[in-house]
Amino acid sequence: MLSRTAENLFWMARYLERAESTARLITMGQRMAVLPGSAYRDEWRSVLRVTDSESFVQPGAPITEEDIARILLLDPENPASIQACLVRARANGRSVRIRLTQEMWEALNMSWRRFEGLSASEACQELPALIDWVKTRASVFRGAAETGMMRHAGHAFMSIGGALERAQMTLRLLDVKYFVLLPETDVVGGGRDHYQWTSVLHALSGIRAYHHVYGGAYSPAHISDFLMVNRAFPRSVAYCVDQMRWHLERLAEEHGVHADCHETVDEIFELLLEGRDGAIFQRGLHESVQQCLKMTNQLALEIAESYHF
Amino acid sequence: MSFFEMHDQEGAIRSCYADVKRWIDETGIAGLHRRLEEAEAIFRRIGITFAVYGEGGDPERLIPFDLLPRVFSRLEWERLDRGIRQRAQALNAFLFDVYHRGEILRAGLIPQDLVYQNPAFRPEMIGFDPPGRVYSHIVGIDIVRTGPTAFEVLEDNCRTPSGVSYMLENREIMTRMFPGLFAKGMVTPVDNYPALLLQTLKEVAPPACKGDPVVVLLTPGSLNSAYYEHSFLADLMGIELVEPVDLFVENDRVWMKTTAGPRAVDVIYRRIDDDYLDPLVFRPDSLLGVPGLFHAYRAGGVTLCSAPGAGIADDKAIYVYVPEMIRFYLGEEPILANIPTWQCGTETGLAHVLAHLPELVAKEVHGSGGYGMLIGPKASPEEIAAYAERIKANPGGFIAQPTLDLSTVPTLGEAGVVGRHADFRPFCLVGKQMRLVPGGLTRVALTEGSLVVNSSQGGGVKDTWVLRN
Repeated sequence: MLSRTAENLFWMARYLERAESTARLITMGQRMAVLPGSAYRDEWRSVLRVTDSESFVQPGAPITEEDIARILLLDPENPASIQACLVRARANGRSVRIRLTQEMWEALNMSWRRFEGLSASEACQELPALIDWVKTRASVFRGAAETGMMRHAGHAFMSIGGALERAQMTLRLLDVKYFVLLPETDVVGGGRDHYQWTSVLHALSGIRAYHHVYGGAYSPAHISDFLMVNRAFPRSVAYCVDQMRWHLERLAEEHGVHADCHETVDEIFELLLEGRDGAIFQRGLHESVQQCLKMTNQLALEIAESYHF
Repeated sequence: MSFFEMHDQEGAIRSCYADVKRWIDETGIAGLHRRLEEAEAIFRRIGITFAVYGEGGDPERLIPFDLLPRVFSRLEWERLDRGIRQRAQALNAFLFDVYHRGEILRAGLIPQDLVYQNPAFRPEMIGFDPPGRVYSHIVGIDIVRTGPTAFEVLEDNCRTPSGVSYMLENREIMTRMFPGLFAKGMVTPVDNYPALLLQTLKEVAPPACKGDPVVVLLTPGSLNSAYYEHSFLADLMGIELVEPVDLFVENDRVWMKTTAGPRAVDVIYRRIDDDYLDPLVFRPDSLLGVPGLFHAYRAGGVTLCSAPGAGIADDKAIYVYVPEMIRFYLGEEPILANIPTWQCGTETGLAHVLAHLPELVAKEVHGSGGYGMLIGPKASPEEIAAYAERIKANPGGFIAQPTLDLSTVPTLGEAGVVGRHADFRPFCLVGKQMRLVPGGLTRVALTEGSLVVNSSQGGGVKDTWVLRN
């Protein structure tokens, strides 16, 4: 397969995944913003921080929902905005059209113009509907890929791109929010912050799954365990790493070569394995998150290098 | 009164249109309009679009599709088929000649300057023998009809003629939506075109190729107006669609960058102009292209289809001499006539054109896509005067032809079937042998009376049938 094709498929999947992640974060931010009291006013700022979009607002200025719609929904220059992600996903897909099935292409092709000509205030008014629409489009695309795409190398590159982006989103969320998950005694201001904890789970659509695994009570140790090392929850870092390992192994078989990226993904896997049963929390959540972020960044570079992107 | 292809001179339905006529009556005009909307929705979803340079607006505009097929009888096609092959053969013979001894020039049949001073002539190609001595592997010949038995060639396209994807997609959509029309097996299929194209390309593999040739399609990229066609053809042939950045040259061979490392390429079906092929040879300022590609080509490491410099054969100034080429190289009389053409570069031509400009169609020799032309009978006196000044400033840059009474084909109008002017582009494949699928692209001017069929100027497309008998 052409290296450029592999690269386009990898990035197409990353941008689609990112569009969906941004959509989930906006939902989380909205939920926090309507909570009573002023404690969560700054929630939008964390959302901007997770998506690396803080530079689009004045430091210290209050952030409105309209700002969010403008920056995270519509801004074509912000690589995290849903509009930018959809346009870029489509452009990547268009360059490798012959590697996509008709259904995948149609799903991608129908998505890209929804936000054109929409003003920030209009977008604000239909925000929930727009967010739902983004999630639906992503599901249609994934469904088309799941049932129709040949499992050749192209599928592996696409799957790896999606898993990498998803792992990084979870890691960035934990990176920005780690302070709310510090052991209770250390929480600034003291006391349990029920809302903050659940907000993290909401952002990853994991609240029900969490209850299935850990029962009714929330605890920072369980939440970090769930999001980092649980191998069954599809938005956990461990699950995404499993996926990447599996697809990278397929590529190694097909190409007959194990490269640096294979070693790195194994290292991340080991790191998470050692973090089971609360160990990651004991060792220091923030350090683990930072280390994982660094290693996944390195992994992305090594994949590009190994397959001549 | 133009010849309406659906009717004979007495106004009765011509037998080749009998099935189409019955289908129109059965479906009804309202029914056809409903089905047309369905067809357009399908085209849009699939993403068959055509971008037009320099027009702004929607970069991925849909080409209008007309539901009513254009029909050729078997006898009509047999004549077209022979005429097209004859022309494709003569054009390739001409290309070999002008890049070798130039016999036709020595014989005084074509002025030397017209060839050697032509920007489409590539001195770099002199003395080189491309595999199979083929220069133009896909010859698209634009044909118009002016009467029941009168077919004329409007122009030749020897470089990288586009539009074949519409021929295939138009048929595909018609078969999908109206299977009943094809059930009797009267319409000859065209869907083997990609297989024939691949066969043709493999036949011209370079000397360095051992084993099954690796063929790729080289596209300028997804922003190119014909990108859809590039990806469509690559897909149907099962070959890689590459961009210049995917290729590099080493040891006189061309390699594509793959996830498993470099892989040798034998034949490149390039959909990219000569100028942008190789910055070392053609345009040093070009950021596109594959450095060293031309050298690898001349060294026999790769085959370029079409060959650089093939454009000299489809130049509008050379067009006039194609009948001479057919007589000179093949010893035959042309089966398809040329349109009478005055060259402003000659003294008599210039005088005639300036005196008769209001009745003529004048074109730039190097223009394409229907731009920069003047349709005398439809132009205002001011436009004509301005155009005359342009001709006087550079006579060699212009030709003129009489305004033709083009035939019209049945087209779906608001209230019923109407006649609209159309042309026809078949695609002749030239490898070790010549191949021609029975059909081509019919472009239709959707505005009443309009003669401009270019898709960049509001023309549409329709399915073209060649009947078995």
